[in-house]
Amino acid sequence: MTVPPSHPGSALADRIGAARAEGRSALIAYLPVGYPDVPASIEAMVAAVEGGADVVEIGVPYSDPGMDGPTIQEAVDVAVRAGTGMADVLAAVSAVAQAGAVPVVMSYWNPIERYGVERFATDLAAAGGAGAITPDLIPDEAGEWIQASDAAGLDRVFLVAPSSTDTRLAATVGACRGFVYAASTMGVTGTRTTVGDTAQVLVERTRGVGSDVPVCVGLGVSDGAQAAEVAAFADGVIVGSAYVRQLLDGHGAEGVRRLSEDLAAGVRRR
Amino acid sequence: MTTTAPVPPPDASLLRPRPEWPDATGHFGRFGGRFVPEALVAALDDLTEAYEAMRVDPVFLAEFERLHRDYTGRPSPITEVPRFAEHCGGARVLLKREDLNHTGSHKINNVLGQALLTQRIGKKRVIAETGAGQHGVATATAAALLGLECVVYMGEEDTRRQALNVARMRLLGAEVVPVTTGSRTLKDAINEAFRDWVTNVETTNYVFGTVAGPHPFPAMVRDFQRVIGDEARAQVLQREGRLPDAVLACVGGGSNAIGIFTAFVPDEGVRLVGLEAGGDGVETGRHASSITGGEPGVLHGARSYLLQDANGQTVESHSISAGLDYPGVGPEHSYLNDIGRAEYRPVTDSQAMEAFALLCRTEGIIPAIESAHALAGAVTLGRELGPDALLLVNLSGRGDKDVETASAWFALGEQTAPTDEDDRAVEAGRGGDPGAPLGDADATTVQDGDAL
Repeated sequence: MTVPPSHPGSALADRIGAARAEGRSALIAYLPVGYPDVPASIEAMVAAVEGGADVVEIGVPYSDPGMDGPTIQEAVDVAVRAGTGMADVLAAVSAVAQAGAVPVVMSYWNPIERYGVERFATDLAAAGGAGAITPDLIPDEAGEWIQASDAAGLDRVFLVAPSSTDTRLAATVGACRGFVYAASTMGVTGTRTTVGDTAQVLVERTRGVGSDVPVCVGLGVSDGAQAAEVAAFADGVIVGSAYVRQLLDGHGAEGVRRLSEDLAAGVRRR
Repeated sequence: MTTTAPVPPPDASLLRPRPEWPDATGHFGRFGGRFVPEALVAALDDLTEAYEAMRVDPVFLAEFERLHRDYTGRPSPITEVPRFAEHCGGARVLLKREDLNHTGSHKINNVLGQALLTQRIGKKRVIAETGAGQHGVATATAAALLGLECVVYMGEEDTRRQALNVARMRLLGAEVVPVTTGSRTLKDAINEAFRDWVTNVETTNYVFGTVAGPHPFPAMVRDFQRVIGDEARAQVLQREGRLPDAVLACVGGGSNAIGIFTAFVPDEGVRLVGLEAGGDGVETGRHASSITGGEPGVLHGARSYLLQDANGQTVESHSISAGLDYPGVGPEHSYLNDIGRAEYRPVTDSQAMEAFALLCRTEGIIPAIESAHALAGAVTLGRELGPDALLLVNLSGRGDKDVETASAWFALGEQTAPTDEDDRAVEAGRGGDPGAPLGDADATTVQDGDAL
């Protein structure tokens, strides 16, 4: 199997390709900046990396997280109330890069638009960030972001869903750089007992549009066994709510590290 | 079903020429669009397609018209209010009586259209968000009428403020879900409704209550509401032989305002004035005036003016009126503001409650507190324009649901019969003007030069 150099200079594609060269999927950990506070959230991200995460999705807290379930809402609400802002996010980006993982920002669109799209791209690149995942920005509305991310050499990750038509799948994959985020089930974030067939079908349909951009699966994975299940067909396994749950339950960075170890073993299981 | 083919009413609002906006992808200039998770795009595309087919379908148009007439009670009348107008600088004031519709507000116009659309696309479950409860009641009503399962999301804070409407929805067979996240008001109810929709989109249609949200909602809800202005324009022309000088309506999300404005947009001589909820005053930061006091951003699926902080977080809005207590506004209003076709002014809680009391006492009409913002705008604008002016005000809803809030505001709780003492109690309320009895033409505290 060859490494997919789909986008020369894409830090995300390179890292996911390196995992694939090892015969495994990449582990992508999501944590929001500012929960329980900014320093502790950054400490948790570093612990996720030490436990084996290849990529960290650095969540920008937002007051109206329409795609998130109760777990992430609860944590993010605390971060929003504490006034967590883009400067904190950029500090987290640098810390994750320093810890050896690839940092990618995950943000609803308004915080980026408010900060200034070009300014965001420039500052993110300067901080060592690979790019951004934008869950409520579809490529149809992304003209300014596509331009700014191209100019700054950043990856941009859009989402595909089981309900996406083939036409939309092709257009969305074409607009992505780094990886494609396959939202495996219809619904909001949160752990689920089963990940289900829809994820695999969606990954196959996404690959079917003929691009070699890696396809990573998110929404619902919570432990090593589920990670192994998803790793069997996806280039990367994205885990969010289960990490946040560790912090909400008071297990701190140590809980995050243990979860990462379990998941990292999962993505290596054959 | 009868065997005769239905004939669409020749003057159906939905068949009239629409404004040049939005474009095919739902943009009103730089506003509007679709800022949604990919998972909803297919449903929004399907809804757009089904709606565009339905709006020119004679079978639908005949049924929609029949429901307007036989169920809602359309056309709603125009009422001139001369005793109220004595406080408006001598201008004449006409009210478009959407308060007389079945369910008590303009919300039914939109909901009947969207409920018929739900049937047409074969879905059996509808969800809705509600602030004051008027849209929730209207949705629950239409769901009962058409045999649809109905779930209404309502901020916990609003379920408390509008307990009567919660009971009405439950009587109508709807499930009311109190939302306990964020500010526990309308914006959080919308978040929760979107979460439900993205999870259950295969079986469920989201009946959106205002001209906000992702495309096609702003254009579709406008089309369903424009009957207000289409009727009113013809009614005013018929009775006055002329158009009004200004059309006024309150603006939260802005559906009643778009509803009455749309027919008048091509009439360049007619001023279109939207009255936003000024809460304690825009300068205090405690308000819901998205256009006057906000900046462009993205919320609930569209770009529009909104109340936000330096980090792009939505700021909590404040208004005595639950129906206007929303930190965003429909994108078409933002566009009409930017092109200068409509103007938007804030009305404080005090000014609105004063106009509320004034209409009660001078005309025997208890308005919704939302609509009272438009009445307060008429008091100020009438004084600006002078005695020859003709003002058309959209009385978008009735005030039955607000009796408790108003009683608390005016400290009427202990009173048994209206007396002069009551007047003094009114004035002792939060916004009153001590020492000046209501009904006295010089007594209102809405003064020229106020921030309206």
